[in-house]
Amino acid sequence: MDAIVMNEGSKNFAGEVEALSHANLHRCWHCLACSGGCPFAQDMEYLPNAVIRMIQFGLKEKVLKSNTIWLCVGCNTCSMECPNSVDMAAIMDALRQMAILEHSEIAEPGILSFHQAVINSIRRHGRTHKLEIMMKYKFSEKDLFSDMNLGLKMLAKRKLDLLPSKVKDKKSIKALFKFSGGIS
Amino acid sequence: MTLAGSNLSYFPGCSLATTAKENNASLNSFLEHFDIRVSEINDWNCCGSSSTHSINKSLALSLAARNLFLAPENTPMLIACPGCYLRLSQAKMELNESKEKQTAYESLFDKPFQKNIQLLHFFELLVNMKDQGLLKGLDGKLKGLKIAPYYGCMPARPPKMNKEKNHYGLMEKTMASLGGESVRWPFLSTCCGTFLSVSRPGISENLVNRIMQGAIASGAECIVTACAMCHLNLEIRCRPENRLPVFHFSELLSLALQKNGSKEWFKRHLINPEALMKKRGLV
Repeated sequence: MDAIVMNEGSKNFAGEVEALSHANLHRCWHCLACSGGCPFAQDMEYLPNAVIRMIQFGLKEKVLKSNTIWLCVGCNTCSMECPNSVDMAAIMDALRQMAILEHSEIAEPGILSFHQAVINSIRRHGRTHKLEIMMKYKFSEKDLFSDMNLGLKMLAKRKLDLLPSKVKDKKSIKALFKFSGGIS
Repeated sequence: MTLAGSNLSYFPGCSLATTAKENNASLNSFLEHFDIRVSEINDWNCCGSSSTHSINKSLALSLAARNLFLAPENTPMLIACPGCYLRLSQAKMELNESKEKQTAYESLFDKPFQKNIQLLHFFELLVNMKDQGLLKGLDGKLKGLKIAPYYGCMPARPPKMNKEKNHYGLMEKTMASLGGESVRWPFLSTCCGTFLSVSRPGISENLVNRIMQGAIASGAECIVTACAMCHLNLEIRCRPENRLPVFHFSELLSLALQKNGSKEWFKRHLINPEALMKKRGLV
């Protein structure tokens, strides 16, 4: 890792993350249990505990621009490993929301478009329609062919339904989106 | 509660309603055998899934909350998918912790919140069934089948919920009481990659193949999964050289009841389990 320049810090970053995540990140003693347990650590720019340290140092821009926050799937393995009950998954949730709200550069735009495709499917049907999500996602990524064979096989095995399973009371789903402010 | 003849409300979730219909059908067939009646929650919606939770917490709470408010009173809610169970349990906790949120949702849904609504994951129900002796006399049917029990990230949960039971060992014990042999292997609770299977397939493929290779190296003939999402990921991201049949837990339970196995379920598998089922006398 490159030397960290301390004067670029955002002083209240730790406070902001704690307020959003309700996690106490100052309980972390950097034992690396979370990073050792994380199945995605090898593909991350910064290890999960390094993210905590960077938050403490106020390195907001670096953290919000990193791929770490997008590769975290929220499997909670880190939470099981942590001896101090630091809610790492909640910290990652908070960081993703901050990255979106503050229009940071998104390190993994494909992962964000996937989430948006899922949420749009829920908005339309009240449930997830996998075929629609896959198609829309593949279109948005301009990648129609990489999983074509798999998709056809899944259709043949009836793993993918052509029509969605739907909620009847569409109005109530609309109301939920209105109540919660749609896609953040 | 006495289970035989009991009525539960049932939240299947999107996976069981669509890609994992065989999981849903085998679960229902298993419960029917014991006269445990379940009725699907009328007009349920997606629990919010990882995607909503990942980028919009408030919407995630709203989606999960609607299901909690739709649930009939004084009836435990059976939830089949570990992901949905986590989302609905978190929403229940969040609403119980905040009077303000509770009041806001009560006025949105025009109904009182059931603070003590009992959310019952299928594993919890199975524990109760075992305690009541319902699974006795079913031994033998899976005789000799070597199984790698795969929990995925199901036993992992946020620190706030760490007092809840995680049911490690339940699949092993249940399979053993039905004659199956569980292997010891290292990847039983390694995450399958969930949605990265679509948005970053390379990452998911590495994880899945490590899991499959681990099962093969441990001498397992098949993997049994607790979650429909894991089942799908193991099947779709497994490379040809690492293919091993993957069963839903509910399918093996139903197969052990002898009369209830349905060929239709296994036709929907991307890794054909029929040769193994023939070899072990399961068809």
